[in-house]
Amino acid sequence: MELVMAVAVGILFMLGVYLILSKSLLRVILGTSLLTHGVHLLLLTMAGLKRGAPPLLGGEADAYVDPVPQALILTSIVISFGVTAFFLVLAYRAHQTAPEDDGGGAREGGEMP
Amino acid sequence: MSNLLIMPVLIPLCAAVLLIFLKENQRAQRLVAACASILSLAAALILISRIHRHGIQTLHMGGWAPPFGIVFVGDMLAGLLVLTTALTAAAVLLYSFFTIGPERERNYYYVFFHFLLVGVNGSFLTGDIFNLFVFFEVLLISSYALISLGGTRAQLRETVKYLLINIVSSTLFVAAVAYLYAAVGTLNMAQLSQRIAETGQGGVLNVIALLFLIVFSLKAGLFLFFWLPESYSAPPLAVRALFGALLTKVGLYAVLRTFTLIFAYDPGFTHPWIAVMGAAAMILGGVGAIAYTDIPRILNYNVIISVGFVALGLAAATPDALDGAVFYLMHDMLSKGLMYMLGGIIIMLAGSEKLGDMGGMLRRYPLIGWMFLVLALAVAGIPPLSGFAGKVLIIRGAFEHGMLTLSLIGLASSLLVLYSLIKIFMLAFWRSEPAREYPKVRAKGATAAAAGLLAIVIAMGIGSEIVYEYVAEAGAVMAHPQAYIEAVLKE
Repeated sequence: MELVMAVAVGILFMLGVYLILSKSLLRVILGTSLLTHGVHLLLLTMAGLKRGAPPLLGGEADAYVDPVPQALILTSIVISFGVTAFFLVLAYRAHQTAPEDDGGGAREGGEMP
Repeated sequence: MSNLLIMPVLIPLCAAVLLIFLKENQRAQRLVAACASILSLAAALILISRIHRHGIQTLHMGGWAPPFGIVFVGDMLAGLLVLTTALTAAAVLLYSFFTIGPERERNYYYVFFHFLLVGVNGSFLTGDIFNLFVFFEVLLISSYALISLGGTRAQLRETVKYLLINIVSSTLFVAAVAYLYAAVGTLNMAQLSQRIAETGQGGVLNVIALLFLIVFSLKAGLFLFFWLPESYSAPPLAVRALFGALLTKVGLYAVLRTFTLIFAYDPGFTHPWIAVMGAAAMILGGVGAIAYTDIPRILNYNVIISVGFVALGLAAATPDALDGAVFYLMHDMLSKGLMYMLGGIIIMLAGSEKLGDMGGMLRRYPLIGWMFLVLALAVAGIPPLSGFAGKVLIIRGAFEHGMLTLSLIGLASSLLVLYSLIKIFMLAFWRSEPAREYPKVRAKGATAAAAGLLAIVIAMGIGSEIVYEYVAEAGAVMAHPQAYIEAVLKE
């Protein structure tokens, strides 16, 4: 299972980087989004995938899952959603201010879909 | 346990929330912002005296003891940086009362200002590497808002780049945290340090250390600074002062903290990287600073030089050099804030950013001119002023460590700093007046704010002995992380 996750993370990173390197700002935003999702999966995988029961406190459980990575991912997802939302608004505003060159001229010669 | 530790985070947070409701009332906004600033200063001073008398302070959130709970740690390094932040922020706040304009004030400028301070102070005080990431994000999101606030075309363009760079570096930060958690199994900095000391810092941990170095260098502008000169030119003057003084320094603090506490056990592998990156930052920053003839770019490249210089102190890692790094970091936050404030006043009075359009300002504005000259001398490290002590300690430490070339680069970078700033002084103030009309602007209030900060810079230089007593305490914790570990993990 870890191997599958590693490959998935690799593919997400690859697609993310590819999209970030493209010209249109919207693709760049999608790219950053994929990149952060890739890193969340990485966090989950690196901390060890699910083994046994839910995370319990105080119970005499034989097996339990490490709750820390899930708490970390939750925080990280919230942050990445916030930043992505800001990025989208910024791109929209940049498109409004300077529609002729994609998003305020971050890159020359591209178009904003 | 000391609840005082949360105050530097809580005061700006409450102020920011309160300020949201005072959108239309300019006077109330300023009053709240000023009160929060004074309270932060008081909290920082009390915190430092407490640390000085009782040792490292810790606060366990919700009563959960580390390593399981979230912990705030106030050692002398964090305390001094919180105090310096409070001083700089107070001066910049006063400066922005006179320069930021009602339009931005009405659009939550002070709110973002205070959220930024939440992030900065939180980064200094947290004792947990994931919370460092969270506080980084708090300050970054506020900084995105501050850069783009106003929505001119240049601002939007630069925000897009700045945002993209920071999203990528934050992604790498989370990846580095994931690897670190997989390798060591904890995120509490003290426990990380303890476990790495037990197992030894082998191959995998060195790779993770370098990943952290890349992440923090991107944020600090240490070698990976390609985004900095343009991004810092876009926002209004007060925001530039805030960024130049605080943002890169948080990244630098993270480098100092991680490489003296967590990844301190294989300096033969990690520290040469820091040294080379610091040297590259000093050389490239120096080239940039002397190459340009517009004030914002000269100042932006000066930020990069000083970041490289602090990295040099860390790379040498002798107790002296670490003391010097702390001293210089404090001096740098104050003086860079002041430099941007004075640079902003010059731009405002001359009505242009280009040095070619200026001249003869010494007769019109003698006070500003002499203030700028004193600042230039302080930044270059001329003895009675604040840059001197830190510089001497760092250079001496580097010589002791046998880093001859790097020490020479460090010394040469001081000359480049002096040259680039004196160039501003010569061209803007000393040269005969150009055949153009200066705009009629008054900058009394902004000058008063700058004068206050200059007084602190001078006082810090003259009172080096007193400051050094506290700085040495911070340096001692960095040189011997055992004290930090014991303070956090003791029962």
